[in-house]
Amino acid sequence: MNELPQQLVNGLLLGSMYGLVAIGYTMVYGIVQLINFAHGEIFMTGAFGALTVYAYILPDGTSMWVALPLMLVGAILVATTVAVGAERFAYRPLRSAPRLAPLITAIGLSLALQQAVWAWYPGAKSARTFPSIPGGPFEIGNVTIQTGDIFLVCAAPLSMAFLAYFVMRTRTGRGMQATAQDPDTAKLMGINTDRIIVVAFALGATFAAVGSVAYGLKYGQIDFRMGFILGLKAFTAAVLGGIGNIYGAMLGGLVLGVAEALSTAYISDIPGMDKFGSQSWADVWAFVLLILVLLFRPQGLLGERVADRA
Amino acid sequence: MRQRSLIAITAALAAGALTLTACGSRDSGDKGSDSGNGGTTVTIGVDAPLTGDLSALGLGIRNSVDLAAKQANKKNYVKGITFKVESLDDQAQPSSGQTNATKFVGEPGVLGVVGPLNSSVAQSMQKVFDDAKLVEVSPANTSPDLTQGPNWRTSKSRTYKSYFRTATTDAIQGPFAAQYVYNKAKKTKAFVIDDKKTYGAGLAGTFTDEFKKLGGKIVGTEHINPDTKDFSAVATKVKNSGAQVVYYGGEYPQAGPLSKQIKAAGAKIPLVGGDGIYADDFIKLAGASGTGDLATSVGAPVETLPSAKEFVDNYKAAGYKEAYAAYGGYSYDSAWSIIEAVKKVVDDNGGKLPSDARAKITAAMQNVSFDGVTGKVSFDEYGDATNKQLTVYSVTGGAWKAVESGTYNGS
Repeated sequence: MNELPQQLVNGLLLGSMYGLVAIGYTMVYGIVQLINFAHGEIFMTGAFGALTVYAYILPDGTSMWVALPLMLVGAILVATTVAVGAERFAYRPLRSAPRLAPLITAIGLSLALQQAVWAWYPGAKSARTFPSIPGGPFEIGNVTIQTGDIFLVCAAPLSMAFLAYFVMRTRTGRGMQATAQDPDTAKLMGINTDRIIVVAFALGATFAAVGSVAYGLKYGQIDFRMGFILGLKAFTAAVLGGIGNIYGAMLGGLVLGVAEALSTAYISDIPGMDKFGSQSWADVWAFVLLILVLLFRPQGLLGERVADRA
Repeated sequence: MRQRSLIAITAALAAGALTLTACGSRDSGDKGSDSGNGGTTVTIGVDAPLTGDLSALGLGIRNSVDLAAKQANKKNYVKGITFKVESLDDQAQPSSGQTNATKFVGEPGVLGVVGPLNSSVAQSMQKVFDDAKLVEVSPANTSPDLTQGPNWRTSKSRTYKSYFRTATTDAIQGPFAAQYVYNKAKKTKAFVIDDKKTYGAGLAGTFTDEFKKLGGKIVGTEHINPDTKDFSAVATKVKNSGAQVVYYGGEYPQAGPLSKQIKAAGAKIPLVGGDGIYADDFIKLAGASGTGDLATSVGAPVETLPSAKEFVDNYKAAGYKEAYAAYGGYSYDSAWSIIEAVKKVVDDNGGKLPSDARAKITAAMQNVSFDGVTGKVSFDEYGDATNKQLTVYSVTGGAWKAVESGTYNGS
């Protein structure tokens, strides 16, 4: 009966993945006020990059301990290339255009990337199996953690720590903060804002790539549509945490993941609510939570740290 | 300058999008057919998911229909008629199915359609075909509503006279699974999960009714969201429910990961499903822990029927890239029943197609009877197959192995 710890772990794992992807939405939004709807697809190309390394570059039977770091490198390479390319060729020419133009471009790019993988990646017309880490699950008390999730457990906090260090301590990171506050003044102070924007896209893609490898290891399969729903959820997480705030993105992801797991597990136990408690209702409850949060804190859980913008 | 680059980008994007669309449609275009017998050409339409999650089943359907048309042309089965196959992709979406149905109706050469795979897609197509009196034979739809009307539990009535199927219905398949699980596998506590689609929910419903009637206990129910791959919360619920077996009403793209995650959560119990999970991709997705999972599927295993040997050999000889999958034999029989109906109509009309060929073929379909790949093929007064055989399969050593076949005789 005591399934609460396990459901919390399920939710936190799912939420860390949302958080990793949400960082990309929030960083790009914080700096250029663009909702990059193609980010879910950048996440997807990362997964296919990792699979390419494993299936086509490494010899058969390579140990996962050797393959995993290389797959991670492959995922990051592909995802950042796609993201930086998208910034350079799709978004930069539209930077001074009305807000809606880049938004529509992002949606178009998202469809184009899905179709490109569908059409040209070998075997991508149905789901492709992703390699898994061998070994049985770990039992801690009555909580089970899968071997595939170990990667996520380690990667999510490490990525977060790295990001915090990068934004707070490095020169480029401070340049990002300055550009987010006021791009024109930042430019006057000698910050190359074009470069900063590229860095924001690349960093977002890197975290999405880490998330995509975690996704493959967790579910054992990837497909060309995997980024769509996950991207929407990650965007929701970014809004929930306060869009523009990197800690908010992670927190929003975790809250969303836990909300989904707990609503699946417990709402049907409330008398009279058994019809509304199944997993297919989890998304509804997640959005009810989002609306409630936004009603009382329109700026999201951690607020938008960036100063007011005219 | 700004203007010009904007235009350039828009043009490039549009061109890119168009190229991609072209790539997509090229794949779903008609895939050859032997011509050369001269005379009239009759087109058999195929509607199935040719891309996406369920494409393994859909491509098997398309290839099997193509094979039937080729065989008929080779034998010159209907004199003066050459059969051609035109396949459209419905992506398992009811809206695409209806668009495709309208397209088939608009082409005068199309005299019969095989498909679709999904019951929910069939619901959107039936009326379009019926209004045009164009016959539709599905190799895979199992929802009872399609033939026996929405109130089939209490009063059966046929809504669409142009709809037939060679597959058996959920009204038989769900109870058949329940009887096997309770009587043969001796499991008394089941957890029932479905995907809320017409097919999955129907199957889960009929399983539940029969399982309770036999004396079994349903220890939990759950409806999953087919768009996600994370079923960990559901898997934890299953584990804590103490169920001995999970019944899943739905299709393999979700059933595979679901089975895997239930076992990973620590519940080492078999997952049982209908013909929607009876696909090789299920084994691929469920991984090693899927061993012991069960599926029921319509008919006896194609490979064991003597009538099917020829089909299997011809299919291999034709060199199709994709396997004939779960519905190959039924698709071949569906296409062949259309060919038989065309033959009857042409023979009755002195060797030529009559002007109202569609209506005549639909009428002739009701009395079609022949020995097909899956046994005797004929239709009852609702358009359902008279062959009500089912088989239980289990995952053994990385492949589906038939456990036992039987006929469900009501309860």
